[in-house]
Amino acid sequence: MKRLTTLACFGILSAACAGAGAQTPPAQTPTPAVKPAETKAEMKFTDTTSIDRPQYTSTYKRRPFPPVVIKNATIMTATGAEIKGGAILFQDGKIVAIGQDVAVPTGAMVVDGTGKYVTPGLIDTHSHLGVYAAPGTQAESDGNEATNPVTAEVWAEHSIWPQDPQIPLAIAGGVTTMQVLPGSANLIGGRSIVVRLVPARTVQEMKFSGAPYGVKMACGENPKRVYQNRGPSTRMGNMAGYRAAFIQADEYRRRWDKWLKDRMGDPPGRNLRDETLADVLRGKILVHNHCYRADEMAQMLDLAKEFGFKIQSFHHGVEAYKIADLLATAGTAASVWSDWGGFKMEAYDEVVENAALVTQAGARAIIHTDSPDGIQRMNQDAAKAMYAGNNAGIPVTRDQALRWVTANPAWALGIDHLTGTLEAGKMADVVIWSGDPFSIYSKAEKVFNEGWLVFDRSDPKRQYKTDFNLGQTEPGVGR
Amino acid sequence: MKLTTHFVALCGPARYTLLLATLSLPLAAQTVAITGGTIFPVSGPKIAHGTVLIKDGKITTVGVNIAVPSGATVVDATGKWVTPGLIHASSNSGLAVAELGGFRESSVNGEVNPSFNPREAIDPAAISIPISRTGGVTTGILLPGGGFLPGQAVAVDLWGDRIEKMIAKPSVALLLDLSSGSKDAGGGSRAGTLARIRHLFADAVELSRRGADYKKAQIQPLSAPAAELEALLPALRGMIPVLISAEKQTDIENAVRLAKEFKLKIVVIGGTEAWKAAPALAAAGVPVVVGPLRDIPNFDGLGARLDNVTLLAQAGVKVIIMVTNDGGGERNLRYSAGNAVRNGMTWDQALRAITLTPAEAFGLGDRYGTLEAGKVANVVIWSGDPFEFSSKAEKVFIRGQETSLRTRENELRDRYRKLPVEY
Repeated sequence: MKRLTTLACFGILSAACAGAGAQTPPAQTPTPAVKPAETKAEMKFTDTTSIDRPQYTSTYKRRPFPPVVIKNATIMTATGAEIKGGAILFQDGKIVAIGQDVAVPTGAMVVDGTGKYVTPGLIDTHSHLGVYAAPGTQAESDGNEATNPVTAEVWAEHSIWPQDPQIPLAIAGGVTTMQVLPGSANLIGGRSIVVRLVPARTVQEMKFSGAPYGVKMACGENPKRVYQNRGPSTRMGNMAGYRAAFIQADEYRRRWDKWLKDRMGDPPGRNLRDETLADVLRGKILVHNHCYRADEMAQMLDLAKEFGFKIQSFHHGVEAYKIADLLATAGTAASVWSDWGGFKMEAYDEVVENAALVTQAGARAIIHTDSPDGIQRMNQDAAKAMYAGNNAGIPVTRDQALRWVTANPAWALGIDHLTGTLEAGKMADVVIWSGDPFSIYSKAEKVFNEGWLVFDRSDPKRQYKTDFNLGQTEPGVGR
Repeated sequence: MKLTTHFVALCGPARYTLLLATLSLPLAAQTVAITGGTIFPVSGPKIAHGTVLIKDGKITTVGVNIAVPSGATVVDATGKWVTPGLIHASSNSGLAVAELGGFRESSVNGEVNPSFNPREAIDPAAISIPISRTGGVTTGILLPGGGFLPGQAVAVDLWGDRIEKMIAKPSVALLLDLSSGSKDAGGGSRAGTLARIRHLFADAVELSRRGADYKKAQIQPLSAPAAELEALLPALRGMIPVLISAEKQTDIENAVRLAKEFKLKIVVIGGTEAWKAAPALAAAGVPVVVGPLRDIPNFDGLGARLDNVTLLAQAGVKVIIMVTNDGGGERNLRYSAGNAVRNGMTWDQALRAITLTPAEAFGLGDRYGTLEAGKVANVVIWSGDPFEFSSKAEKVFIRGQETSLRTRENELRDRYRKLPVEY
């Protein structure tokens, strides 16, 4: 997979990146990269097209916080190690050191971790928080632009309500980052967005700097049910729909790539639907594909071959265990639940050992939620799937199971070079658990998002309430 | 072998009367001794290195130093945890092919269906039944759904190849929805819904008093068909509880007022804001069926919180735990209980909330819910703490019979253990 962050921002686009703060340069530039020399010198604002101007850039800023040292804890790094009686230091948003002991800088907050466990912040590849916000009235139903089978032009971030009271509940579950996707009504539902779970007035203040965009695609029952009267109404109709969209997008990409090369004459007309899909074809936008059945996943892998892109992860891959070898070969991850099944025909063949079987076959398994409930207990879902595998003689290590909710989702979102494990140099997305995170009785006690204490179970002042919570709900967290 | 068969008239009006034989004991007489385990009888403190003796489908003895009768099948439970079979108070097991939408048979059209009972729609071969057993669930209260008077609930044991074998009690509650879901039944306001239910209850009483006048058409028009009104009578006479769906504090307290007004036995189900109504519920002795994972606010429950069950138990309310907000379904009842403990309930309270308390609330307390002599032998042997992910149900006995824990999921898993698969 081509690392998206290698596509640095340059030229006049650098203005768009400035707001991102002192982060790794963001790759959230939806537009074709513009060659710097030609643009900066020659173009005046009035000459530029809309693609050369800032494109909904992140305004996320790391919150300052003193250095933190956690001592005498079991440190689960998601890199293979589980350090008993270990320590971790993070400072200025970055992990500095991990080991049996670490130096304590002046002014550091020191946490006695006796009996406690430390993990990376959990990452959910599949959420609709903000786009299907609580209190769940029709007015907050902003996740499916179910007006056309292909709506690659819509962006989930334009639906996210940062005051969704489900967000603090997820934070209390130890989740630091999530991908918010459009729903699955459409063949191609639109752009997803990776956000940090932090209090914010605007979605821009949550946008994860350095994360590539994703695109949501959906197989199977949902699109063919939603569009049964106008089509697609069959699985073959679904396939024809994806192909038609990418054929058109490829023509668009060729026109634009040619113009971007010499910038001669009027630019081609801008079309948001094709623009998103063209960036999929350029490898700049990651494909996240809702797809339950094994045979359909195999069809989608062929579709990706036809158009020369890669599917980063299947989602809701209830039958991933049947084709785990194909997934391993393709380098495509499977985002799955531990035990959701049977609620529709394409979920009929659910097995609790799915994640374990996918892991055993050498493919990348991810536990995802698609649920405002599940996202509060991702550690529990990983535990369930791990023990189910072990009970069935499919060995899964604790580290592998932890990776299902940390390192592997980070990879699927293209941010594994930034977060997802506890390693020196990585972002300090860190959770302190009251006990073994694979025990049902354990709770996230402290959650650090890029080194900032965003949640503290022992301090009501560190239990963020959304505007919706104020004056009408009990906190609902920290209990 | 002792075989007890009793026939029960299941419905009120004669023309709907149906006879179903319920077999309260298994066909094969046998004695089972579960020895050496830590026993959690629920009726009393845990018993280390105890024995549970089962004969003819019933528990005969529970204790320590119990002599094992000759010929008994001995199950060594050393190091294991032994509990009563779990009872799920909001079950759909057997009323759907798995949980597949479009195949559910738990509801009928219309709003006022008190005579409806889904028991004849139960499919003993449903693949969801053994899956529920893998979670130690041995008994389900199958609930009808839909409308504001959806019908009656039936209690079943999750084992048996015919409906008759599964039924534990044919009618255990009358359902009534007082949540915002039935505002429309009252013309758009929950106050209207309450007025309508009062009217229906009053008409049912009137009809029972003046049946002869009704037949002669000397009675005012009724608010529902006579057969439906007659089906309200067992609840109005206190023979079965009214299971009332209510989430908001006001709806829960209205349910308690309604119970007082009509001298009803009630159980509240849903109960998102029950913690706010705890004093009224405790004073009236009303049990509440709650999903302990429900914490997302909406306008039918802005006070949703994870420690709802904890606060209820602390206030002395009888708490029953059900599975909600969990796509894994009924097998995860034990994890709902475990999460209740995570959020402050005591372990013993949580176990009672999925065994004895639901049994008592639905009129099964004399036969179900504890490990005591005379009780139906629904018993689970766990590898460890039943609420923990690291534990599993190793053996599940229903009516004294060890049941299969092999599921369709296991067949699929084993087929695809090695890839590429050879069919």
